[in-house]
Amino acid sequence: MLRVEDIYKDYDGKPLLKGITFEVQEGELVCLLGSSGSGKSTMLRIIAGLEEPKSGKVYWNGEDYTQKPTHERGFGLMFQDYALFPHRSVAENIAFGLRMAGRSRSEIDSLVEKALASIRMQDFADRPVTELSGGEQQRVALARALAPDPHLLMLDEPLGALDHNLRTELLKELRKRLHDSQKPVIYVTHDQEEAFALADRLLLLHEGLLVQEGSPETVFNQPANAWVASFLGLGNLVPAKLVSPNLVETDLGQFKLATSSDIEIGSDCMLLLRPEDAIVDGKATDSSNYLPATVRDSVFMGEYFRLEVMVGQTLLQVHSPHPVSIGETISIGWSESALQCLPE
Amino acid sequence: MKRSRSLTWLLWLIPLVFLLYFFYQPLLAIFRQVFSERFNQGWQFFSWDQISRPLLFTFWQAFLSTLLTLLIGLPAAYLFSRFEFTGRKTLHTLSLLPFILPTVVVATAFNTLIGPRGWLNLILMDMLNLSNPPLNLLNSLPAILLAHVFYNTSIVIRMVGNSLTRLNPHFDEAARVLNAKPWQAFREVSLPLLMPTILGASLLVFLFDFTSFGVVLMLGGPQYATLEVEIYTQAMNRFNLPMAGLLSVIQLVVTLLITLAQNRLKNPRFGKAALSSEQKTRQRPANRRQKLFVILMCLLLVILFVSPILSLVSRSLVTFEAARGERGEFETGFTTRYYSELFINRSGSIFYANPLAAIRNSLVYSVLTMLIATSMGLLTAYALSRLGSLRRWLEPIFMLPLGASAVILGLGFLLTFNRPPWTSGPFPILIPIAHSLIALPFVVRTIMPAIQGIPNSLREAARVMGAKPWKVIREIDLPILLRALIVSLAFSFTISLGEFGASSFLANARTPTIPVTIFRYISQPGALNYGQALAMSTLLLITSAAGSLLIEKIRLPGEELF
Repeated sequence: MLRVEDIYKDYDGKPLLKGITFEVQEGELVCLLGSSGSGKSTMLRIIAGLEEPKSGKVYWNGEDYTQKPTHERGFGLMFQDYALFPHRSVAENIAFGLRMAGRSRSEIDSLVEKALASIRMQDFADRPVTELSGGEQQRVALARALAPDPHLLMLDEPLGALDHNLRTELLKELRKRLHDSQKPVIYVTHDQEEAFALADRLLLLHEGLLVQEGSPETVFNQPANAWVASFLGLGNLVPAKLVSPNLVETDLGQFKLATSSDIEIGSDCMLLLRPEDAIVDGKATDSSNYLPATVRDSVFMGEYFRLEVMVGQTLLQVHSPHPVSIGETISIGWSESALQCLPE
Repeated sequence: MKRSRSLTWLLWLIPLVFLLYFFYQPLLAIFRQVFSERFNQGWQFFSWDQISRPLLFTFWQAFLSTLLTLLIGLPAAYLFSRFEFTGRKTLHTLSLLPFILPTVVVATAFNTLIGPRGWLNLILMDMLNLSNPPLNLLNSLPAILLAHVFYNTSIVIRMVGNSLTRLNPHFDEAARVLNAKPWQAFREVSLPLLMPTILGASLLVFLFDFTSFGVVLMLGGPQYATLEVEIYTQAMNRFNLPMAGLLSVIQLVVTLLITLAQNRLKNPRFGKAALSSEQKTRQRPANRRQKLFVILMCLLLVILFVSPILSLVSRSLVTFEAARGERGEFETGFTTRYYSELFINRSGSIFYANPLAAIRNSLVYSVLTMLIATSMGLLTAYALSRLGSLRRWLEPIFMLPLGASAVILGLGFLLTFNRPPWTSGPFPILIPIAHSLIALPFVVRTIMPAIQGIPNSLREAARVMGAKPWKVIREIDLPILLRALIVSLAFSFTISLGEFGASSFLANARTPTIPVTIFRYISQPGALNYGQALAMSTLLLITSAAGSLLIEKIRLPGEELF
């Protein structure tokens, strides 16, 4: 299906993409995840043919698409600002791609009607798009992108312009629509919740490089490096030094690891202490992973209490199943199997 | 409270009385002239041909000029808003310059390029060894069109370029992703979104071409007369005031209609949604076709905008006196004589116009205009932004002077104030007053947004803290308005310095202005007259360009001048 190979791209004279390679298989939903300015939108624009890479290739079913004009690619792209044509009605917007593809009048009419029905907006056909709400615009934009039956659908932060409540609601709808369409999808976002909810596979883009690729579970359980863990908000990251295959040294003290790390002995790394894995005031399996801590803050979150604790000069976040009072000194610990040391 | 209301009344009464007396009274005089003649003598004083010929020609040349202006202006607007290249800013500033250049300067500049004593003919005479200029491009329709294109391309670049820059590039890209070929994306999406702006700019260009006076008078010659030129000829050369009046009425009606149409186009219904991009739209030309486009457009614009200016300046510093008797032989060389002659007080023939006096007069008129126009404009802008329900009725009264041409104003002044004390007074105050009326709409349009931009809460806060009404103005309004006021001062000064239409009616041999003197010099034979006209034009060019650059520098972005 889609294969991009060793894509390089400069922006304002600075390298933005530094050799990106990945594939998208039939019916697969891939999320391109990265912070703003990481070049993920540019990656989409290169696949769509709106921008040319400095070097590298884009293949579709083995055919080199790198020089192919946008309108001959048959890919769909939904813009973050939707780019609905303000001088055309809802129906005319959805019909645009079909009309440009040279479909017959009757065919266009029936397909537009179907598309409007699928987003439950039949009554909106003749409305100007400038009068739609944000959520309605998002639906029309998706319907417009899907109407010409593209081989590949790309979405650039499709929920980015909406407020939080609407996002949660539309995310569910989007998930269903994208899976029902059976199309390969590349979904660009900076929001890991969206990515986890939608993706078959995640691609994490950082400083022009793909730093990790894999299913949401894999990425969550085995982040490739400290940036991934921090970007996904997996937990506390503490600077550490690997002193032996199963032992790290930090400002908080020494920690034992169950699995030996691939990191070279003696080099610096980041120790990931996940809040949900913390054992608060329990019996740690190994006393060396146990720390005395002062409670700074405690917030009731429903299923647990979110604590902020001070260990020496370091502030950590941990989850506690039972209430503790602020100012109290408690002991927190992590079992050996819950700890990971990640390259920086 | 009561005191401040009486102050408001006074505020809008001053400019209202000024306009009624100096604008509407002369306008009324023109109408009275026409209709009294009509009732006294029937329609005998004119033949249809006398009206239809200039009217049709005015429409025809304005139509052609607008078409040509769009032909160059639209690609130029595209060039500046979509491409990044070395020298872009300089070329952009240069291409916006002509709008404020005085008509006599533009006409003189083209004279030095394509006229019988211009560079083109001099070069051809030298190359082909001829004794007479081979090309007669002056006094022709192409000369008029060329000058109009030079003038108004800047309007298209400014207006359409502005819209293009703000047009979200995602629309075009979305169309191309939805299977549209590049030209289809342009036709189906970009063009319809830009159409209101293009139409608005076209109408404005048409209006300026329609009311063009100095350019047509100086480059068109006797056989090409627009309505404006015909009004001038009838009034000043044939002394047929009723005819001039009738032509003025026709001219007023047509310009009013165009202005109304232009105003209706100002607010397109989807303007906001389409023109709200913060995306970066300019890119370096990527492929060979784009590079070729950029190079060719730059070349065209440099030729169009730079060659007349360079031609004027260089020709004013070079002498080409034909040595008598010898064919094709010239004394050539660098000279500053044309400039130094300006400051030597010679007299002799009755045609003699004293350049030094003209420069002095023009400077005095400009300073007066600057003061009158800015103070009247300030009062008008305040009145318009403070009056609630009355505004609907008063705004057209205040804004109408923009539609009236300088020539009609000149004619109206001639009809109304051609009597003591206006004519016998020690100082010709009428000229700065006419100039102020011409500058007033620009001044109001500059100051008004600044006044409306001051939130009332600032004034209220000052009042609550104990500031008296005049203190509020001094402490709050004036500092905020300062920038707009400086622009207004520079604007009215520059307009007055280059004004030709009204001055050509009002400035007599005793009170010449620089443009009027340039016009007299250039229509007389003799190398020295020609050279002095060029020298004066160059000085005027430099002053106007400096004024225009100053305005561009301190003007806030987003303030529309038209």
